[in-house]
Amino acid sequence: MYRYDEFDHDFVRQRVAQYSDQVERRLSGEIDETAFKPLRLMNGVYLQLHAYMLRVAIPYGTLNSRQMRRLARIARDYDKGYGHFTTRQNIQYNWPKLSDTPAILEELAEVEMHAIQTSGNCIRNVSADHFAGAAADEVADPRPYAEILRQWSSNHPEYSFLPRKFKIAVTGAERDRAAIQVHDIGLHLKRNEAGALGFAVYVGGGQGRTPVIAKKIRDFLPEADLLSYTTAIMRVYNLNGRRDNKYKARIKILVNETGEEEFTRQVEAEWQKLKETELKLPQDDLQAIADYFAPPSLQDRPEGWGLLAAAKKADAGFAAWVHQNVTPHRHPDYGVVTISLKPIGGIPGDANDTQMEVVADLAEKFGHDEIRVSHEQNLVLPHVAFADLEHVYKALLEVELATANAGLVTDIIACPGLDYCALANARSIPVAQEISERFASLERQQEIGELKIKISGCINACGHHHVGHIGILGVEKKGAELYQITLGGSGDENTSIGQIIGRGFEPEKITDAVETIVETYLGLRENADETFLEAYRRVGPAPFKEALYGETSKAA
Amino acid sequence: MNKVLTANRLTDGIAVWLGANGQWLESIDNALIGRHQEAVDALEEAGKSAFNDNLVVDVDLIDVEEIDGDIFPIRLRERIRAAGPTIRTDLGKQSEFKPATAA
Repeated sequence: MYRYDEFDHDFVRQRVAQYSDQVERRLSGEIDETAFKPLRLMNGVYLQLHAYMLRVAIPYGTLNSRQMRRLARIARDYDKGYGHFTTRQNIQYNWPKLSDTPAILEELAEVEMHAIQTSGNCIRNVSADHFAGAAADEVADPRPYAEILRQWSSNHPEYSFLPRKFKIAVTGAERDRAAIQVHDIGLHLKRNEAGALGFAVYVGGGQGRTPVIAKKIRDFLPEADLLSYTTAIMRVYNLNGRRDNKYKARIKILVNETGEEEFTRQVEAEWQKLKETELKLPQDDLQAIADYFAPPSLQDRPEGWGLLAAAKKADAGFAAWVHQNVTPHRHPDYGVVTISLKPIGGIPGDANDTQMEVVADLAEKFGHDEIRVSHEQNLVLPHVAFADLEHVYKALLEVELATANAGLVTDIIACPGLDYCALANARSIPVAQEISERFASLERQQEIGELKIKISGCINACGHHHVGHIGILGVEKKGAELYQITLGGSGDENTSIGQIIGRGFEPEKITDAVETIVETYLGLRENADETFLEAYRRVGPAPFKEALYGETSKAA
Repeated sequence: MNKVLTANRLTDGIAVWLGANGQWLESIDNALIGRHQEAVDALEEAGKSAFNDNLVVDVDLIDVEEIDGDIFPIRLRERIRAAGPTIRTDLGKQSEFKPATAA
């Protein structure tokens, strides 16, 4: 993985020093909150309901065991013993003292981490496929390009005052695990007919109060042109994006109001001016960054096949976990392990300090020292030999991290919601917990098959409800929580925005409603291989509406 | 509607309420209740002053009701602030002062 050079170290150390000074001046009363708030936000420090919140960047969701151990130590020493992994592949701490945040950032800097650009109207943490560099279906590793974008966008003066926040995602496989079509810019790394690497470029996707699927404005952009073309997009947005209304300030609104064709024309025109400038990536630089992400040298471990078969036969729990949470690696003797942070009835995305340390130990011992955070709020060990899977499973089992539910109905994304967040209108986590408990039976979950439930506690959609197969949006109505359901959303290569199915449900009725939807699906699917999403796309909302609201829904 | 004054303490962000003794308290239990407009205005002024003195941030007057001598915010958001996360009753005020009252 990427290692800081001297420039990176200096940059982060300088930022920590600046921020420490700013906090000191704030606490002494030298600067007031109006002046300080944008400074703390630039360093990932928010104020929430109960305390400050610190969001730490995990570039493209990749970290090593040393970094994970440091995250655990920060949770233990400065917070309340846990952290929350987010849908932007970051981690949030919910209880840091403002006076401790400079020390925390120093601790992070020691392990090449920071909280820069995890807030504010700038280019946020560039996210990537969490199986990057390991997945069997990958064309090329997207992380070198994510790293180039990170370096280019960090503290870039031109992009420090954008109309609104800006999110970029990169994937290197046909199967999109990074939800690139609901990002401001989505990049799909692929090869053209001549075998050269480049990107399909998507622009103007996003969730929030106005969900939009991105438009593909270029089918193949040579890799050397990544920065010049991205700069062209940013310039068109920075110049023409609306600053008069924050709800209309994202690039998706600009693309929509300008029109796809005209927007593309403007980008291409700007690009012509930039194409042959210093923004063109020299092959040497591309290779130098790519070298950091060189795949680990994986020895053949064919003995794993026999060991795995025997262990699965002896332990049904292990067999179920392998079936559900281990996916194909490009090396036939290895697997990609998803560590579910969704225990039955647990808080999606939360991990305590002990759990983080166990994951770090396992990564070091069995996983070539690599860990990933997925946007689905799970952790991933990308390179584990089949021969070592049983050791990994048993260690995870001891710290309640071996739930065999990746991609199933209890693998729920939920934002922090009104339990923590100052923007939320309703709670998300208790809804996730109750649904998880209702569908606790693994047998039942496996019968249902792939089903992604995503829950947001407000219209900002941090819980990605718009792209949930079943999406749940919490709102406040007459002072009480109410939950709207959307169906048919998806954040993959066939992205769709969920449709609102009807009137909302009170907290005590939402789990029943989800169960009704699931039972309706089971009753109408053509066979056990037809997933919920496929079935919904085939039959549409009508049967689900009728099941939820009865005959009266026909008149509505 | 009766009101109390709430904020987050500058140094650590912890939710606090203005008490009758003029101190910012970590529990809502002994918050000073503004029962008429003049008292509410006085609370508001106290909030501005504390904000300007860099003691607290996010100052807000919130609606409350009293039940058996205990103070309960009307809005769920404020009930959760007063108690702690409903999904972690081992954390927040509810773990320090009294049983969970948020939801």
